[in-house]
Amino acid sequence: MTALLEVRGVSKRFGGVVANANVSLNVPEGAIIGLIGPNGSGKTTLFSSIVGQHAIDSGSILFQGNEISKLRVSEIARSGLLRTFQQTRIYGQMDCMRNMLISTPDTSAGLLSMLSRHSAEEQEEAERLLDFVGLYEKRFLMAGDLSFGQQKLLEFAMALMNKPKILLLDEPTAGINPTLINGLIDRLKRANKEIGITLFVIEHNMRVIMNLADHIYCLAHGEILADGSPEAIKDDRRVIEAYLGAS
Amino acid sequence: MEGLSIFIEQPVRLLQIIVDGILVGSVFALSAYGLALVWGVMKIINIAQGEFVMLGGYVAILIADAGYSPLLGVPLAAMILFCVGWVLYRLVIFRVVDRDLFISILATFGLSILLQQLANQVFGADVRTAESGLVTMSFLDGNITISQIKLLSFFLAFALGGGLWLFLRSSQLGQAIRATAQNARAARIMGIDTNSVYAVTYGLNAAICGAAGALVAMTWVIHPYLGLTYTVRSFMIVVVAGLGNLMGVILAGLGLGTAENIAGFVLGAEYQAAFVFSLLVVILVWRNWRLGLQRRYLK
Amino acid sequence: MGLIAAFGAPIFLPFMTTQIAFLWMMVVFALCWDIMGGQMGYNSFGNIFFFGIGAYVCAVIQRDSGLDWYVAFFLGFGAAAILGVLCAAILGAGILGLRGQYFAICTLGLGIAGGEIASGWDYIGAGSGLSPPLFPGALGMREMFFNYLFLTLALVCFFTLKRVYSGRFGLAINAIRDDEDKAEAMGLRTTRYKIVAWCISAFFVAMCGAAAGNMIGFIDPRDVAFAGVTFGVWMVLMAILGGKGTLWGPVLGALVFHITQELFWTYLLGWQRVALGLLIVVIVVFFPTGILGWLRERRTMSTSGGSEQ
Repeated sequence: MTALLEVRGVSKRFGGVVANANVSLNVPEGAIIGLIGPNGSGKTTLFSSIVGQHAIDSGSILFQGNEISKLRVSEIARSGLLRTFQQTRIYGQMDCMRNMLISTPDTSAGLLSMLSRHSAEEQEEAERLLDFVGLYEKRFLMAGDLSFGQQKLLEFAMALMNKPKILLLDEPTAGINPTLINGLIDRLKRANKEIGITLFVIEHNMRVIMNLADHIYCLAHGEILADGSPEAIKDDRRVIEAYLGAS
Repeated sequence: MEGLSIFIEQPVRLLQIIVDGILVGSVFALSAYGLALVWGVMKIINIAQGEFVMLGGYVAILIADAGYSPLLGVPLAAMILFCVGWVLYRLVIFRVVDRDLFISILATFGLSILLQQLANQVFGADVRTAESGLVTMSFLDGNITISQIKLLSFFLAFALGGGLWLFLRSSQLGQAIRATAQNARAARIMGIDTNSVYAVTYGLNAAICGAAGALVAMTWVIHPYLGLTYTVRSFMIVVVAGLGNLMGVILAGLGLGTAENIAGFVLGAEYQAAFVFSLLVVILVWRNWRLGLQRRYLK
Repeated sequence: MGLIAAFGAPIFLPFMTTQIAFLWMMVVFALCWDIMGGQMGYNSFGNIFFFGIGAYVCAVIQRDSGLDWYVAFFLGFGAAAILGVLCAAILGAGILGLRGQYFAICTLGLGIAGGEIASGWDYIGAGSGLSPPLFPGALGMREMFFNYLFLTLALVCFFTLKRVYSGRFGLAINAIRDDEDKAEAMGLRTTRYKIVAWCISAFFVAMCGAAAGNMIGFIDPRDVAFAGVTFGVWMVLMAILGGKGTLWGPVLGALVFHITQELFWTYLLGWQRVALGLLIVVIVVFFPTGILGWLRERRTMSTSGGSEQ
């Protein structure tokens, strides 16, 4: 299987702090890959580097074989690489349906398409996806008025609406009521299997990531510490020590 | 653009213009320092900055009208404008401190218009100046002239700026101000009354601008509408230098004074204001574009 | 009903035709500012720049074309719109990359720079200004003509925006307002939408300039064309006063503001500008959501009698 996303020797520092040091990893198409590591190990920084939110100091990032480390955020997003945010970002002053509708891929933003109203198919798709995440009844509520967990689900639905090839999820279960986590894991798996979206997930919840991922990378102090199947990572001494020793 | 050819024939003229530019630039730097102070401490961009300068200038002019030396205007303007700034904070500014940055821009813009029009009604629209009674010195066989008052104003500007800097570094209030600038919430927890700190900071800024204005009244001219130009100059200097960079502010201020003077000579005096405002647009767009190359933008 | 009142107004109040004409112009100003500030979150102080461009372009064409007044005027009117859009597109490419306060202050600089540059350019009259050719027609006809021109402009603007907001464009600029970084992260071509928004704004405002220059009869670079501290700020104020981010808010704001301003001028004369400055502060500090926002809050407070959580 060819790697959909390839990170090669990426380094990033902020002033004197090294956030990522020579990180390399592969995300094969169709897989669910996990990224774990103690707080401050550089996971979100790596995500931000991949999606283009900041420049990297060195290394290269290939998506579908193309170098993306110099492209702008919106260009990368349009090519099919999307991410969700740790603090969950949605459009607060618009209702859920409108949040969904504006999340359709912006491939042809010609003047005429700007004027067009959203088609019935797009409306149906939005409703279907909102139903998929369980927000159908709340679809006309203002997104900013939803609870944190509901906003997370909305953000996920919006990402699906954008028909990405790969979705980078930054702590998708953080702040979610534990009784709802199984539902979310189930939806993530379905998105992967039924819709065919590759997932690259940062997670702190070990139970979740062990259940979800095919392959896991562990970051510590900005470097890749270990990688392997969930079973291997679970028993890896270095990983255990990194978590226990992390301050 | 005959101005350019004169530079080549008589380079001494260029030197004169540069010297004048540096001298006037010191006042720009002073006003910019105040703007940066308020911006850093209260996260507000004070559009009324130039109006404080203008009002300070009128204080000096009124003193000169009353028969005293306008040099007295410098400390007097500082004191009066401190009170004005402090009162304005207590009446208006405190309501916009913790809100959307655009609200604070619009509010201070409103204040700027209010003060400007008030000055226009009270003082009239005429251009005024305050005679300081100091002479002009000449150097290099009369090719370079430097008026004493401009030289004095230059040193006073540095003295005032230096005084403010020392105050912020060493006094207890100054440290409270700096603590609040770094982390307002932590400062509050430590027992600092941030609202009072803000009021004093805004007052200090007004005082600095007032003193600068008194200097401007003696070295240049004052009229009710010069405020916006000073605000824009201060903003440009802060954008170029960066918020925490005092040396940068000084250099940028002197540089702007020089650039303006050269532009005024080359393009013609009627285009000097056009130069200032166009430069603002150019600097902002260019700065942002440079950041954009690194996938960043001006925050 | 409202339309009948609008059309009939100058007939019932013939001595106020100019003021009514200005009212329609203010409506366009407020609506056009609102696309940028209210709907898209890009608070501009420099939309007046396009007004000045429009005024001068039209007047110059009228002066130099040597054609019949109506032909020259409508030629100039059209050229004003085109040049306004062109300027918005070219300047926007650089300036719309700025965010928040930097954008606001940059546009402030733009607006004032326009006036300063125009004051020195002899081709357009420099500091002495420019006078477009006189309107051919009986006294009073001029005001009528421009009144209906402005009314038409206001109506076209209103309905254009209504249509445009209901499509993808409206959603896109709202998304940019709510979270521009998120919009970019979702692949939205934000630059394109931003530029189009500013072009729409410039389109109508430039035409206002062309018409206003002729109605006033004289174009002064600082006080008429690029009147940054008067018209330029009023655009912002009206939209906020009525309620930014809505269609009717700017219209309402324009109405209230214009009437207030006329009252100030009649009763305060010299001090009207001082009062205006005060008004800005009061509105911004106490009524940032505007009249519509205030009404909405009153309504939700009265309907939600009990707690709701």
